[in-house]
Amino acid sequence: MKIKEKLIHGLFLFNGLLVVFILIGIFSLLVFTAIPAFKEINIKEFLFSSNWNPTSYVKETYGIGAMLVSTIMVTAGALLLAVPIGIGAAAYLSDVASPKIREIVKPIIEILAGIPSVVIGFLGIVFVGPVISKTFGLPNGLNAVNGSILLGVMALPTIISLSEDALSSVSKTYSDASLALGATRWQTVIKVKIPAALSGVIAACMLGMGRAIGETMTVLMATGCAPAMPRSYLDSVRTMTSTIAIELGEVPYYTTHYYALFAVGLVLFIMTFCVNMTSDIILHKYQGKRV
Amino acid sequence: MLKTKIEVKDFNFFYGDQHALKDVNLNICKNKVLGIIGPSGCGKSTFLRNINRMNDTIAGTRASGTMLIDGQNIFAENMDVVELRRRVGMVFQKSNPFPKSIFDNVAYGLRVNGRKDKEYVEHKVEESLKGAALWEEVKDRLQASAFDLSGGQQQRLCIARALAIEPEVLLMDEPASALDPTATAKIEELIQELKKKYTIVIVTHNMQQAARISDYTAFFMLGELVEYNETQKIFTNPEKEITEEYITGRFG
Repeated sequence: MKIKEKLIHGLFLFNGLLVVFILIGIFSLLVFTAIPAFKEINIKEFLFSSNWNPTSYVKETYGIGAMLVSTIMVTAGALLLAVPIGIGAAAYLSDVASPKIREIVKPIIEILAGIPSVVIGFLGIVFVGPVISKTFGLPNGLNAVNGSILLGVMALPTIISLSEDALSSVSKTYSDASLALGATRWQTVIKVKIPAALSGVIAACMLGMGRAIGETMTVLMATGCAPAMPRSYLDSVRTMTSTIAIELGEVPYYTTHYYALFAVGLVLFIMTFCVNMTSDIILHKYQGKRV
Repeated sequence: MLKTKIEVKDFNFFYGDQHALKDVNLNICKNKVLGIIGPSGCGKSTFLRNINRMNDTIAGTRASGTMLIDGQNIFAENMDVVELRRRVGMVFQKSNPFPKSIFDNVAYGLRVNGRKDKEYVEHKVEESLKGAALWEEVKDRLQASAFDLSGGQQQRLCIARALAIEPEVLLMDEPASALDPTATAKIEELIQELKKKYTIVIVTHNMQQAARISDYTAFFMLGELVEYNETQKIFTNPEKEITEEYITGRFG
């Protein structure tokens, strides 16, 4: 009995350590492979120049400015769409829908999170793209707006599901107090429940954003992948994730270009890490408050 | 001389299959305090929460019979529940200020009712806090969080919040049950002051409290109204034996 306990303990410890070890391994691989890039590239130029031309015959340039802006643009656009719709849907589910409807709709929305990103990208090419090109009179619809719409759809399940959890866990005493003062249900949701659940709702949006920043296949398919500084949302853009996906397969190993792509990955990692960290801190603060 | 504010006739209420109130008949007089007493689960809170239809928020409930406020049926199809709740304010058992500032808590009812005029709101907040005997304690920190207040102060804040929209009737569901004796005394004193302007219905577990503050007392048991009379009569010379047994503390 004692030995069995110890064995089980050891097994779980091994599993836990293995996961930590793998994560540390990935992180150090990223860091140590990215560092050599800066022997040849000026960090300032790397971050702020928007000239990315690693295969030039004249002079190779490694500026991720354009991709950085593209990534931020597409992500921001996605949030602009997904946050209001997501919170609205969450408010509907938690306060307006009957329990029966909620029981049916919520799992359906959560299933939406499981649609493969390549399928969403496919929809971007054959459906969203043509609609955009017709609406704005463009030769094609593969641009930042397209990416934003698709990423917004992909971030929605996370935002709706987690916001709904946050809204539902707001104490009923608040909504009772509000209703008893002659507030309508709508006013109660907007003025009392959302503010009371704000940290949970923000955390939900941040997690949705984390998903949008790191998404690759969808943006690769739907944004047109032009490696230049975008001037508007109707321009084709190439995000950091797309660049890595396109170039890493063909790059000669252990060249500056190879190292530079890892550096792009590192920047991306730092961005998603910050987003996830912030949402985690907000979420913890929120859980601590509701003991 | 005594005007009837709320008239209840053959009122029944159900939570699903559970028959929570049975054929209740009583009249609530204007500018008087009605105390409702009875053992736990006797339906006293349920009765109270019907007067402003707060039970609407619970799924699967049903009411029959009539309940009239100034002759208007509270349960009529065309009764505007939002409007009804503006006329019938409520203070809950557990103080439940919003996670907002003291000022915003009191101003909330005004704002949702469309009163946004800043001067009016400020004036009304002050008046309501004075009405709830809280002004002197908070006038220098109106922007502080309502959660910084003590339990008794929070409950008076909830009373101020209810007063701000000038209801005609004030429902109180064991408003002092979670408070210490000093804070309770303050609330009771306040109720005496408030009945000059409002009709008050208060549910209480505390027999002495009912005897002290109410003009009329209704004794509920197992969903039925057992006895209803002037407080003095109920407490000195009740008509039914079971009432006497309850108020003398032999059960409950």
